[in-house]
Amino acid sequence: MLEIRNLHASVDGNEILRGVNLTVNAGEVHSIMGPNGSGKSTLAQVLAGREDYEVTEGEVIYKGRDLLEMEPDERACEGVFLAFQYPVEIPGVSMNYFLRAALNSVRRHRGEKELDAVGYLKLVREQSKIVELDEKLLGRAVNEGFSGGEKKRNEIFQMALLEPALSILDETDSGLDIDALRIVADGVNKLRSPERAMVIVTHYQRLLDYIVPDFVHVLVDGRIVKSGGKELAHELEKQGYAGVDAGRAVAASS
Amino acid sequence: MINKPERPHTVSDTNELILARDRQLEDFSGFLDVDGAGGLPSLKASRKAAIERFAEIGFPDRRNEDWKYTNVAPIARTAFARPTGEIPYIDAAELAPYRFGDDSSPRLVFVDGRYAPSLSTNGATTKGVTLLPLAEAVRTRAADVEPWLGQCLDDTNRPFAALNTAFFEDGVFLHLEKGVRVESPIELVFIATAGGDTPLASHPRIVIGAEAGAVATVTETHVGVGEGVSLTNVATEIMAREGAHVFHYRTTHLPDEAFHISTLAVRQEGKTDVTSCTISIGGRITRNDYHAIMAGEDGLCALRGLAKLRGREHVDNHLRVEHAAPACESREYFKSVLEDESRSAFTGRIFVHQIAQKTDGKQTNSNLLLSENAQADSRPQLEIFADDVKCTHAALTGQLDEDAIFYLRARGLSEREATSILVRAFAGEIIDTIKVDALRELVEERLFSRESSIDAGAPGKSGALQEAV
Ligand SMILES: Nc1ncnc2c1ncn2[C@@H]1O[C@H](COP(=O)(O)OP(=O)(O)O)[C@@H](O)[C@H]1O
Ligand SMILES: [Mg+2]
Repeated sequence: MLEIRNLHASVDGNEILRGVNLTVNAGEVHSIMGPNGSGKSTLAQVLAGREDYEVTEGEVIYKGRDLLEMEPDERACEGVFLAFQYPVEIPGVSMNYFLRAALNSVRRHRGEKELDAVGYLKLVREQSKIVELDEKLLGRAVNEGFSGGEKKRNEIFQMALLEPALSILDETDSGLDIDALRIVADGVNKLRSPERAMVIVTHYQRLLDYIVPDFVHVLVDGRIVKSGGKELAHELEKQGYAGVDAGRAVAASS
Repeated sequence: MINKPERPHTVSDTNELILARDRQLEDFSGFLDVDGAGGLPSLKASRKAAIERFAEIGFPDRRNEDWKYTNVAPIARTAFARPTGEIPYIDAAELAPYRFGDDSSPRLVFVDGRYAPSLSTNGATTKGVTLLPLAEAVRTRAADVEPWLGQCLDDTNRPFAALNTAFFEDGVFLHLEKGVRVESPIELVFIATAGGDTPLASHPRIVIGAEAGAVATVTETHVGVGEGVSLTNVATEIMAREGAHVFHYRTTHLPDEAFHISTLAVRQEGKTDVTSCTISIGGRITRNDYHAIMAGEDGLCALRGLAKLRGREHVDNHLRVEHAAPACESREYFKSVLEDESRSAFTGRIFVHQIAQKTDGKQTNSNLLLSENAQADSRPQLEIFADDVKCTHAALTGQLDEDAIFYLRARGLSEREATSILVRAFAGEIIDTIKVDALRELVEERLFSRESSIDAGAPGKSGALQEAV
């Protein structure tokens, strides 16, 4: 589904991603871990199409197409979803308006019928229950005045609505208490299917107790320095990233 | 004859302004003659006094701080004529996009400043309400008009207000007796025609007198018809007595070469509420002057404006709000959305007299620049002579939030849709204050249907941004 080859990206001349390689197949859940500032969000944003980052080398193939050639909205319509580490507040635009516009944009692209108010409402009712998102929030402006946890749940809620093929979750777990974490994980697990893939960026292995990944990758200094199964997450938990850093030389020379 | 005081000038633009002034003075000699007897002898004297004040100040040049951001030379140098002869035929269908009321509410339509009965509707009459074309009111009800006409408008340093007094031929007289509540909005439509042999100038005057406890909504709609130059120089006076509420809306829908000057003079004489909202769309030069005097305790005056401009359009909002009594609240809230090389200016001055303790004044100006070549100038100003007051001002000029655009795009909305949604959200803060639903919908339609580099392909209407679904 997704193939990242030797991806280099920089911002203002500083290289942040320095040769990322990653293959994600349908049905798989990958976790990317790594210390602060290692480039996890940059990778997520580049995949979603943020133009602040300049891709200087490498390629990304998504469903057989050159992902980097696609506009951010086309990527979204083609099923790429980024749950933002920092969801953006948009004053003056209600959640309901935003969600319906987004849904219909994606539906149009898929050749599906646009949702009318009734159809929209029905869908939203169902999905908001899954992440236990207070329906009152839907009358408010996008993310405005939402608590940290509400913002994160809102991201998962949008993911559930848009039913993406490839979901990239950028630290959706940070700032959540255990209950919220379980709710978010439930939302994610419900969406898991043989046709869908997920990339879960996280700082802690905590989330991975709830969403069990097929693969764990460690990103340090803009490179994936180690990959393994779910047990790698526990290893990291015990040893920290320092231990992995040492392994970088091995990864780089191999 | 009016004497022409000389002033030392060097700039040729300034010479042009003097010549232009003199042309106005000459026009006036002819005008007084045709104005004839009328029913209001004092009017003749007021006109004369006004043109003398105009002779004194002339057309402002840019050294005049009040006109720092607007160059009136393009207006001054145009040899405008007053409309004469038959009122040109206007197809009612042409007005349809700008009208909103049904025929049960009154609508007065003016073409180049002259009353057009065939386009107007009396609507249902409400007891205690006098609504007449001003010329007719002066002719037939002079004694009723006299206590209101010119009572709010101070044209001492307002050359265009002075020209309005000197030259107005018609307009509107609205008087509300004590306690009268007019439910449906009173719709006033002013059409400026263009494209004839000579460009025309009109100086409509609107006089609104609300006695104690009266409530009414008045909408002023200015529409340009035809391609070419025209000048509308409207002056609106609102006098509100104890407990009166007057809601005033002005929308301008102007073709590229139209000039539009407006003066809104408000006087509040008690615990009153006067709210005015001006939506400016199009036009080459628009200047909106406001002068509000809050002369009674506990008054509320809210002035709002939204300009959405493109090309080389220019809107200058110039306000002076005077707190002349204690415990009044004033709100100035002006926004502009600027594309291409368009330009907006805001000068908001809250003047708090010594007596006006417990004043609560707030002014906000924010501007959204959608192009590198657009420009917004902002001068929020406070002048305070009382010591127990709460006054704030804020000015904010910026571009669209890139993070918000990316967030919307990452959810599947095109760049255009995303931009349009954010512009509507920005404008919505003014549009949503329009209490007349039909007018608000009309404004949305007009604001966002104009072809523009950003709006094409925009979904829905701005109101929908807030829709509860
Ligand atoms: N827009 C940006 N402008 C400048 N520097 C950036 C930008 N985005 C990220 N960086 C820098 O790139 C590095 C990686 O950041 P990020 O991808 O956010 O790391 P992570 O998500 O792993 O914590 C950091 O040093 C950060 O300061
Ligand atoms: Mg991050």
